[in-house]
Amino acid sequence: MNREELLQQMYDSTLVGNGPEVLALTNAGLSMGLSPEEMLFEALIPSLEEVGARFERGDFFVPEMLIAGKAMSGALEILRPLLAETGVESVGTFVMGTVKGDVHDIGKNLVNIMLEGAGFHVIDLGVQVAPERFVEAIEEHRPDIVGFSAFLTTTMPMFKANMNAIEKAGLRDSVIVMVGGAPVTQEYADVVGADGYAADASAAVKRAKELLARRRAAAGSKV
Amino acid sequence: METVLRSASRQVVIGPAQPFCVIGERINPTGRKLFQEQLRAGDLSRVEIDVAQQVAGGAMVLDVNMGAPLADEVELMVRAVKLVQSLTDLPLCIDSSVVEALEAGLGAYEGKALVNSVTAEDDRLGAILPLVKRHQAAVICLPNDEEEIPEEPERRLELARKIVKVATDEYGIAREDILIDPLAMPVGADTSLVRRTLETIGLIARDLGVNMTLGASNVSFGMPERAAIGSAFLPMAMQAGLTSAIMDARSPELVRAVKAADLLLDHDPWGANWIAAHRAREAGKAS
Repeated sequence: MNREELLQQMYDSTLVGNGPEVLALTNAGLSMGLSPEEMLFEALIPSLEEVGARFERGDFFVPEMLIAGKAMSGALEILRPLLAETGVESVGTFVMGTVKGDVHDIGKNLVNIMLEGAGFHVIDLGVQVAPERFVEAIEEHRPDIVGFSAFLTTTMPMFKANMNAIEKAGLRDSVIVMVGGAPVTQEYADVVGADGYAADASAAVKRAKELLARRRAAAGSKV
Repeated sequence: METVLRSASRQVVIGPAQPFCVIGERINPTGRKLFQEQLRAGDLSRVEIDVAQQVAGGAMVLDVNMGAPLADEVELMVRAVKLVQSLTDLPLCIDSSVVEALEAGLGAYEGKALVNSVTAEDDRLGAILPLVKRHQAAVICLPNDEEEIPEEPERRLELARKIVKVATDEYGIAREDILIDPLAMPVGADTSLVRRTLETIGLIARDLGVNMTLGASNVSFGMPERAAIGSAFLPMAMQAGLTSAIMDARSPELVRAVKAADLLLDHDPWGANWIAAHRAREAGKAS
């Protein structure tokens, strides 16, 4: 097996969620001298992007997305320490949670998978996350972005409660806020004063990267 | 144990010896962008279609949820309850997480409504149960609290028991007016979740004996061929002791699975309902 064949197989195995195979290929790749970066950026991430695209088109279903994410996470556990050693930094840190009163987590978990796949360090606070817990997590982890997920129209007002709590804690300027969930719209995101909204997991990753790039450019220009 | 719901002129009984109670889920803006926009503009015309389709499909109770973002849910709930009651004599399930919307909906409703819903959280119990009592309504109770949505059936049973105790002892609500939601979860997220729901139903039926309802559509979320999954799930849940479900009453596949299960579980003496429904369909084809 040469380099191209290995990367292709890794891509294919991630796509179908074959965790043990992806793990074996990761180890094989390392012993063949492939770098963690090329496996991540030329096989794992493109594969997960394809998973996301198929899911958006309705060709892939929730379990397939979850198992592909799991296969990728297995490989990341091996690669992450190596990437850190070689000085490849995570794209950014993302604190994520489903708002208080809301127990839905599938959509949030899919976004987490896609974010991890894109190189973000994701801290998942779970479901029913109260405003004060978001504040604590922002203070503790100093993330670049915090994401609020709500699946119910009735729990969406928690976005505003979270924003107020973050503002009160004096953290609003230090973090980008993204919101999402089935009933959420761009209009609603604007009303609550969020920095970004995305309709699905792939779009969330794109939007997160854009917002981060813009924030970093702005920070750079100030210096 | 029998739960009685009423509109001004019709009564529906939920109970283990009764035909399964089909609660129509459709009057709900969640996931319906166009309907949300209409509601924001105060336009309730879509509700008329939703009522007609669900009544034709075999709904026995209609859930009414007006939780559209950026809309005045309290005012919409009052208008929707009055509108739906002018269109059908089916009893209603007033559905909101906003206490004021529940209160307004109950105030506008004529009859004995079902309230959707209260959790085991102390502040929710304290806010919602007095309303249920004052309006002589029935209430759906979710066995999750501030801490967790328990996965283990035993823990769900424990929380359900707590709610029943608080509702009956502290608020004087009749046991038959309490419906427990055994929490239907998406099988696509984890294939062990629905088995736990079925176990929970069995435990609640055995230990508490109260009526139950759940959001049946949750089960098939994120999967293809959703109606086929729902129509396998509902008969299993009925066999375990589920007595009603909030479901897509417009789906012939789902409703027929429920009616067939009613027949098979001896809730349809002499198969009269099954045969009558068949004749009605045949007559519809002929005309």
